[in-house]
Amino acid sequence: MMLLPAVVLLLTIVILPFALSIYFSFTDQRLTPRPIPTRIVGLTNFARMFADPLFWKALANTFVFAILVTPFQLALSLAVAMILNAAIPFRAFFRTVAIIPLLLPMTVVAAIWAVMYRIPNGPLNSVVQMFAGSSVYVDWLGSSSTALLSIVLLSAWATFPYQMLIYLAGLQEIPQDLYEAATLDGAKRWQRFRYVTWPGLRNVNIFQLIITTIGALKLFTQVDMLTKGGPNGATTTVIHYMYQQGFLSQKVGYASAVAVFFFLVVCTIALIQRVVLRNEEGA
Amino acid sequence: MAKISQRTGRGGGSLALACAGVMTLGVLLPLLMMVTISLNPDEQDIMVSIGALRSFIPEVVSLQNYFEVWADPAHPFLRYLGNTLLITGLTLLFSILFNSMAAFVLAQGTLRIRGPLMILILASLAIPAESLVLPQLIMAGWAGIIDTYQVQILPGVANAMSIFLFYQFFTRLPKELIEAARIDGFSFFQIFRYIALPLSKPVVSAIAILQFLEIWNAYLWPVMVTRGPEHRPLSVAMSAYFSSNLQSWGNIMAFAVSMAIPAILFFLVVQKQFIASVTSTGVKG
Repeated sequence: MMLLPAVVLLLTIVILPFALSIYFSFTDQRLTPRPIPTRIVGLTNFARMFADPLFWKALANTFVFAILVTPFQLALSLAVAMILNAAIPFRAFFRTVAIIPLLLPMTVVAAIWAVMYRIPNGPLNSVVQMFAGSSVYVDWLGSSSTALLSIVLLSAWATFPYQMLIYLAGLQEIPQDLYEAATLDGAKRWQRFRYVTWPGLRNVNIFQLIITTIGALKLFTQVDMLTKGGPNGATTTVIHYMYQQGFLSQKVGYASAVAVFFFLVVCTIALIQRVVLRNEEGA
Repeated sequence: MAKISQRTGRGGGSLALACAGVMTLGVLLPLLMMVTISLNPDEQDIMVSIGALRSFIPEVVSLQNYFEVWADPAHPFLRYLGNTLLITGLTLLFSILFNSMAAFVLAQGTLRIRGPLMILILASLAIPAESLVLPQLIMAGWAGIIDTYQVQILPGVANAMSIFLFYQFFTRLPKELIEAARIDGFSFFQIFRYIALPLSKPVVSAIAILQFLEIWNAYLWPVMVTRGPEHRPLSVAMSAYFSSNLQSWGNIMAFAVSMAIPAILFFLVVQKQFIASVTSTGVKG
């Protein structure tokens, strides 16, 4: 039976855990087996979650991160894609360079940026000192006002090539004669972008917005490696909070409530984006 | 499948070239620093000069950090590399085999339950993998496969995206082709094995490359299911090495370079398919 292996695996490794996570979220399930059996606790986990300031902090950080990184990263990717779509010398070289960050695992990127952000004399602080004097430095990852922004910058650096490649393919789908016609009509560079390129990238933009936002909501690796959610919860995220509660503190039942909530948030945002963007298209 | 052609776009010119230069600096400066620091055996010198020009342009070229990294008994680099290769290879093998078979039945078979199965597959596409890790961990405990290769391979094989990409391709196969093969006496499986699967090479390479990137970046799941170097993949090893050798920047950067080089080499070999795979998920056609 050709269908069997894939369907069985999908049922046991995706669908069953999904059902279990909903079930666990109503219980006091622990990670390691205990002598006392697991009990159903009703909505206690959810009530406790909504009463925990650190959970709200994690949720807020996750949203702030997504709201900051998505436009920044998409603008960066589009700009690079447009440069690499233009007729410039050594284009093949530039394209290869622009893809390199995507090939480095996030843990390698985090290690590199740990050096970039070093206090008091790392490369970025050397730049700060050039302008602000030699005794000044920014504690990029260690101060609660800059830590999340520092994570935004390194995340955009690490993953922009992905969106850049999709934009590059999108730019090449736009018929060349549209640009020629616009130029004949006297359209300037900005007008060609506004009236030809931007509408031409409509569908690409919808796709990019959804995948970039959802990717941003899953922020975990770089935070876990560089700040462990600190300082003072300034970089904790929903996934990091779930990991801490469910894995490190072994409260699987409680963390499952977080996981179910996270699933609902991701679905809601994807749906809202889809509906809003589709309506706009109809208008 | 979308291709990025070498076709000349518009608006070349010195402004675009200057911007390309800035982009190159932005990407290459951190990498240059990684390489330069990895070549400097003097940790104290690294600390003093970490923001200076000479942490970007090598003054000494020594492989001492590399030898230390590769020979560290607490962090067996080659073992980690082998683990990653094994996990990647087996995940790809089973993912492509199982998911292409299932997709072919869904696309070309006459099974009654095709509709509900497609709904199941599309629905599971919407579930973020991160929200499943805790019940998966408990189940792995029940099955007694914590800290093994299997536990790291299975979630990649159960892959709705992979079924979906094959499904899209197989539904577009020309009817006449399938019909002709059937008349020639091919069984359903033979049509899959000798006609559909060989034709789906672009999908196979897209899935291979996308899953490679996924495994190469995997962190949350392997952190939870591995307990030591024996089955740990490179991505997690980098983080473990980073935390246990804090401040030995020369060695940390040598570890990072040792990981970056195989990935960049792999990319240079499969560059064309790589770009096509990434863009195929984004642009229809």
